[in-house]
Amino acid sequence: MKLVTAIIKPFKLDDVKIALENLGIQGLTVSEVSGFGRQHGHTEVYRGAEYTVDLVPKVRVEVLVEPQDATKVVDAMVEAARTGKIGDGKVWVTDLDTVVRVRTGERDEDAV
Amino acid sequence: MPFDIKNLNAGDTAWVLASASLVLLMTPALAFFYGGMVRVKHALAMLMQNFMAIAVVSVTWVVIGFSWAFGGTGNFLGDLHYLGLQHINDVVPTLGSAQTMPTLVFVAFQLTFAVITPALITGSTADRWKFGAFVAFVAVWSILIYAPVAHWVFNGYGWLNQSLHSSGKFFAEDFAGGTVVHINAGAAGLAMAFVLGKRRGWPRENMRGHNIPLVMLGAGLLWFGWFGFNAGSALTASNLAGVAWMNTNTATATALMGWIAVEKLRYGKCTALGAASGAVAGLVAITPAAGFVSPIGAIFIGLIAGAVCACAISLKNRFGYDDSLDVVGVHFVGGWTGTLLIGFFSTDGINSLANKGILYGGGGKYGGWNLLWHQAAAAAAVTVFSFVGTFVIAKVIGLVMQNRVTEEDEISGLDLAIHGESAYDFGPLAGSGSHYLPSAAQRESVRA
Repeated sequence: MKLVTAIIKPFKLDDVKIALENLGIQGLTVSEVSGFGRQHGHTEVYRGAEYTVDLVPKVRVEVLVEPQDATKVVDAMVEAARTGKIGDGKVWVTDLDTVVRVRTGERDEDAV
Repeated sequence: MPFDIKNLNAGDTAWVLASASLVLLMTPALAFFYGGMVRVKHALAMLMQNFMAIAVVSVTWVVIGFSWAFGGTGNFLGDLHYLGLQHINDVVPTLGSAQTMPTLVFVAFQLTFAVITPALITGSTADRWKFGAFVAFVAVWSILIYAPVAHWVFNGYGWLNQSLHSSGKFFAEDFAGGTVVHINAGAAGLAMAFVLGKRRGWPRENMRGHNIPLVMLGAGLLWFGWFGFNAGSALTASNLAGVAWMNTNTATATALMGWIAVEKLRYGKCTALGAASGAVAGLVAITPAAGFVSPIGAIFIGLIAGAVCACAISLKNRFGYDDSLDVVGVHFVGGWTGTLLIGFFSTDGINSLANKGILYGGGGKYGGWNLLWHQAAAAAAVTVFSFVGTFVIAKVIGLVMQNRVTEEDEISGLDLAIHGESAYDFGPLAGSGSHYLPSAAQRESVRA
């Protein structure tokens, strides 16, 4: 099993979700995160005082897949999340040791 | 001299009672205006200080504050005639035969001004004033600073008012408290910023407000309550009250636009915080002028005050004092601006005690350039008295107890450290003890 993790712009979440549903993906986890890449933060001005906000809000999408599906899931997410502007995010894939479905105790491929 | 009930005017009495209630609402409104501008860990501490100002001054005013402000006919201080609200059926000297409401109604209306004035100071001292020291300060300050200044300006026999002296004209004009409330609180706020020192991390760290919608809500309620403040200060349900209402709204509108116009030019964007701040700056500046100028005059007073205050908030960065929420930039500078502009825009067409300003061709002992000079003298007198008095009071309190919270409490947040609460509970993780560990007894009761 592999874990595909994508950090994307928040407003692209719907597009990515639809792309994954079209591939028949059964489940995913979404969390609100903050961070920065080459885009870095932005500045806000309150009563003349400039504040640099280093961390930009992003959405992290995590999907468990079988190894042979990893490439097409990655491609679908990248395509759905792309705007072509700086700050679009990243997608990466990691190997997993074990996956267990809590309700049934099924393991690994059966649990995905 | 007892108040003759035959002089009671039901319309005046009803309007002043309603106005007192409107003005009382301004202090909770101020709590939200300020509360939204502080970081989330200090939000309740700010709200609490403002609510405490209501509680503390409500007592000191009844016991002695009113008597010192409005009792007697002295130049500098009232007497003890109304101590503990004795002789409450006697006519207030400054109103005399013009009094059309029971004395107690006048006490109530003036109480609400005495409440909000020390509350305004909390904007410059945000996030670092110890609660106990604050309570002691407000009690003492409302008696030793507010009551005398109110006597100088609001009492017709006071040395800055003089309308009941032989001339029958105002020495300096302050309709609803530009000097008594705003310059007074602004100068005190500046003094307290020096006494307490900077917030830890200012100006290096990010200290942006945690809830701008709360700030807008507070500003909106201040705007609403301010009609009681200014139109109520007519003390009659009359044309004068209507003029003051209209001037108040007009100046507030133009000050809002003046502030965001400056922002647009300097920073490229008009901000919501700027709109809220500009509205308050306009309300402050029109306060001393509300019953002395025309609505066209109010347009200019608001516009000038909004633009001036939007620039004045940068002073603290240049001079390095941490006036955290701009009490100096908005109330002190706004109060001075309105007080001085009366010298130009005052007209005697609305209020016969008033003088003609420079733009109306005023002259003589009390008009024109002399009026401007008197306005500046009154503002300067209140500034010096309030600044020095505040400094001394805070230093004396500092001998008995700590004025400033500990470093640990300031970093962890005053809400938790002083009040044992958190302002918000966002979601299951925030509520499950990420802020504090429940006592063993509470854990037991949860299990049971």
